[in-house]
Amino acid sequence: MIPAGFEYYAPTSVDEAVTLLHDHEDAKVLAGGQSLFAVLRVRLAAFESLVDLGKIDELRGIRDDGDALVIGAMTPHSVVQIDPQVFDHARLISLATATIADPQVRHRGTFGGSLAHADPAGDLPAVAVALDASFVIAGPGGRRTVGASEFFQGVFTTAVGEDEVLVEVRVPKYTGWGAHYEKFNRVAQQWSIVAVAAAVRLEGDTIAEARVGLTNMGSTPIRATAVEQALVGQPATADAVRAAAERAADGTSPPTDLNGDADYRRHLASVLTRRAVLAAAGTG
Amino acid sequence: MTSTQERPAAEIGAPRKRKEDARLITGRTRWTDNVVLPGMLHLAMVRSPFAHARILGIDTEAAENAPGVMAVLIGTDLADEQGALPNAWAVVPEQKAPTHPSMAVDHVAFAGEIVAMVVARTAAEADDAAELVDVDYEELPPALDLKASAADEVLAHPDLGTNVSAVWTFDSAESGTGQDVDAAIATARESGIVIEREIRQQRLIPAFMEPRSIVVDPTAEQLTVWSATQVPHFVRIFIALVLGIPEHKIRVIAPDVGGGFGGKLQFTPEEVLTVIAARRTGKPCKYSESRSESLMSAHHGRDQVQKVTLAATKDGTVTGFKAELLADMGAYLGLVTSAIPLLGALMYNGIYKFPAYRLTFTNVFTNKTWTDAYRGAGRPEATFAIERLMDELAAEVGADPLEIRERNWIKHEEFPFDTVTGMRYDSGNYEAATAKAKELFGYDALRAEQRRRRESGDPVQLGIGVSTYTEMCGLAPSRWLGSMGYVGGGWEHASVRMLPTGKVEVITGTSPHGQGHETAWSQLVADRLGVAFEDVEVLHGDTQIAARGLDTYGSRSLAVGGMAVLAAADRVIEKAKPIAAQLLEANVDDLDFTGGRFGVRGTESGMSMGELAFAVFQGHKLDGSDVERSLDADATLDPDDFSFPHGTHLCATEVDTETGGVKIRSYVSVDDVGLVVNPLIVEGQVHGGLAQGIAQALFEEAVHDESGTLLTGSFVEYLVPSAADLPAFVTARTETPATTNQLGVKGVGEAGTIASTPAVVNAIVDAVRHLGVTDIPMPCSPYRVWKALQEGTRS
Repeated sequence: MIPAGFEYYAPTSVDEAVTLLHDHEDAKVLAGGQSLFAVLRVRLAAFESLVDLGKIDELRGIRDDGDALVIGAMTPHSVVQIDPQVFDHARLISLATATIADPQVRHRGTFGGSLAHADPAGDLPAVAVALDASFVIAGPGGRRTVGASEFFQGVFTTAVGEDEVLVEVRVPKYTGWGAHYEKFNRVAQQWSIVAVAAAVRLEGDTIAEARVGLTNMGSTPIRATAVEQALVGQPATADAVRAAAERAADGTSPPTDLNGDADYRRHLASVLTRRAVLAAAGTG
Repeated sequence: MTSTQERPAAEIGAPRKRKEDARLITGRTRWTDNVVLPGMLHLAMVRSPFAHARILGIDTEAAENAPGVMAVLIGTDLADEQGALPNAWAVVPEQKAPTHPSMAVDHVAFAGEIVAMVVARTAAEADDAAELVDVDYEELPPALDLKASAADEVLAHPDLGTNVSAVWTFDSAESGTGQDVDAAIATARESGIVIEREIRQQRLIPAFMEPRSIVVDPTAEQLTVWSATQVPHFVRIFIALVLGIPEHKIRVIAPDVGGGFGGKLQFTPEEVLTVIAARRTGKPCKYSESRSESLMSAHHGRDQVQKVTLAATKDGTVTGFKAELLADMGAYLGLVTSAIPLLGALMYNGIYKFPAYRLTFTNVFTNKTWTDAYRGAGRPEATFAIERLMDELAAEVGADPLEIRERNWIKHEEFPFDTVTGMRYDSGNYEAATAKAKELFGYDALRAEQRRRRESGDPVQLGIGVSTYTEMCGLAPSRWLGSMGYVGGGWEHASVRMLPTGKVEVITGTSPHGQGHETAWSQLVADRLGVAFEDVEVLHGDTQIAARGLDTYGSRSLAVGGMAVLAAADRVIEKAKPIAAQLLEANVDDLDFTGGRFGVRGTESGMSMGELAFAVFQGHKLDGSDVERSLDADATLDPDDFSFPHGTHLCATEVDTETGGVKIRSYVSVDDVGLVVNPLIVEGQVHGGLAQGIAQALFEEAVHDESGTLLTGSFVEYLVPSAADLPAFVTARTETPATTNQLGVKGVGEAGTIASTPAVVNAIVDAVRHLGVTDIPMPCSPYRVWKALQEGTRS
């Protein structure tokens, strides 16, 4: 359980980090290390250099930017989880973050690290997709912003290039929306078999808008647009939501593993979507 | 002199917090991996990624030239030196087994088998160089499926000619302990009930908290070996026998050891190889396995297919039981691999009066990690089978599962009871334990809620599972072990030493690895000698200090080792008596010993044990050669028979019929472990046992792919539950003393594991039986429960 040797760099600015990544052939960004060190220790992966972002103050913190919240990539889960701005304007993030692993992991692991790791069974990618977050990426040519649908490109693969760093994530405000993250796993510290992230805005008893993201239903997080569309204009009742939730697995190709086959995951997606939406609407 | 047992027992029964906990919980203690010696070298093992292969060649050149590397050793280097790892239990005289090398020479039989070893200056350098060892394998077809392997479809060891190691049978008609089971089944087929099931006891991984670690120092006159083991005394003997090092030149130390659950009841390849590396280099060597290596190569547990048949009358009175077991040995026989099914083979009758019984087990080799003891070792398998069948019988009869059990169990007034398998249950009170469990559980109210949920078609259904278990504890009478084919004995040894200042050293041959012997043995001795609990120190786990012992496993420590401690303490009192008589100038017959003090009856004159110890240390006032100048005593105790703890466990589960998810709503265990020395320790053992038994029912399974690679090779896939995944247990006890030892204790280390698995699975099946489900394979994952519901609804 000893990683292969590597050079260690701890830049203090984003520019310095980008330069290091650019100048070193086999370099990898180290954020909170909660996923990276697991694979390094069992030697499933090895890098010549690690560029630790932990000393870059700019990457930490949460700020209000008008119609969006901006969460620094290196903000630990434990900070995001209890942040009042996140709770008020993007509650889905607070709720999903609270389900990540255990307190030790949430203390070390970071918001941006988790998203950039892009594990389809991770909790935050589906939330980011559902909330239509955008990702600010710094590289040798400057900064660029990509939407959630472009950001996640495959299993452990994102739009962040080898010499780029995820700087921050911009989340539109969902003030007053109901939210729920319905996670289904076998033991508390396990990844989701399937999970559903849901946010809804009610007008009276009617669902005016809905956002639904699916965890571990494919190689990337999936936004269940068919469900979202079917929910709009519907009453937030069990029957109406059940009908819409039946479309949750439309167009998905979920994986088969020890915890279930694709059919089971499609079935779960539907059940969990119903529960998540009803809970988000306050009627679950 | 009056008996000390008549004094009120101030210490025995007291809920003492464990004296060892502060250092164990903080980790600031003597784990083997914390041992650092001058000039110490580090080892890394190269392990086969293939389940079955021939080794065509190994290129070690790059590894040898890597930084810090002192040596790279491969099997052909060690062929003459390494000997063969031992199996200590031939269950039949004609038992077959392949030679078990510590390092494979030309053939690997499971993924994880060691093929080379790197010795380097640092652990990191050793790990780096191990990656450079280039092994040329020729893959062979692996024997993986247990049933197919039993039929010799693919051979795990082509040279052995068969995968079948042994076939063992017990038949009550043949042995004269009962009737003919085939006749009972035939009768039941005509006019009664026959329940037949095939049960899969999935493969489990002990997953102890501290991975195994070994340090060997060859620089002193005695070779000193530190090992994270349950069995330092075994390790010493086997190093001597396997490597030809004289036993008196070996010292083995098991310092603090972080759990074992049977997984460290082993003599390991890594121990042999670390000794070899240290002797070859002349320097201290350390090997500490990674968690991945531990999960892959430390021995696994369970893995049986049980074909079981229960015959009964229409009213649910059992008339016969038959079992045919296939037991997966894995690739080799470890220390007692072959005997794991045997340790349950005479217990499938559980707490019941069966007139007829036959059990056959077939031990089968496959190309998987070798199996061996895991908490309960054979008895969880037995208990699961019979307790699942009793629930199925109840369903068939249409009766309450507790009523069916009561109809068949041994009544409390019938003890001692000779069972159909020839065991003698000395004591028990199943009625009392069951009545207490029912009350604590709120049995009737939960049954009423179950009915309501069924009637309303609630998506979350409630089920109640029962397990009324017994087990044989206190391994073991040496005569019994010998008669069953084991090469060793089952006695235990203890010494009690009175120090000059009145403090007491207790030396025990048991080797705790989390059980709390230091606390419990202190309580025993404090009570018996009348000294303060704090004044007793318990030493263990070092063959230079505890020279004689047979270590810790099989719920034996208190019933055998603890009773040896008491016997030694009694001898101290006997030795002290004539000394006290001399010093008090009294007749021996006029002395009383109470509260730690010898007093002359009818006078104020007396001496405490501490005063006596100092007087003996001085020796000034002692006279005559018949009085030994010592208050130290030894005792070796070999029990006459086993003890038989029992209990009633009740589990309520909520099954989410939409997702297949299972939640344990409540769990009540009432255990009868006889007299309790420390209720806190008993409580801890029950909680941990329940967690592991529930884990088998719901979470844990070692899974291999079609090439024999372990898919559950990390804790991401191998699901060990945490506190968040378990309910708040309600635990209680009844106390029916054992008659097979002087204190009436039984043993508690395995009870929770043995009892809980069937209680949980019975509860799940009970929740969804009305939906057409009669069985769910373990572990009952949501996916499997959901599939069973799909199939149940279709049929």
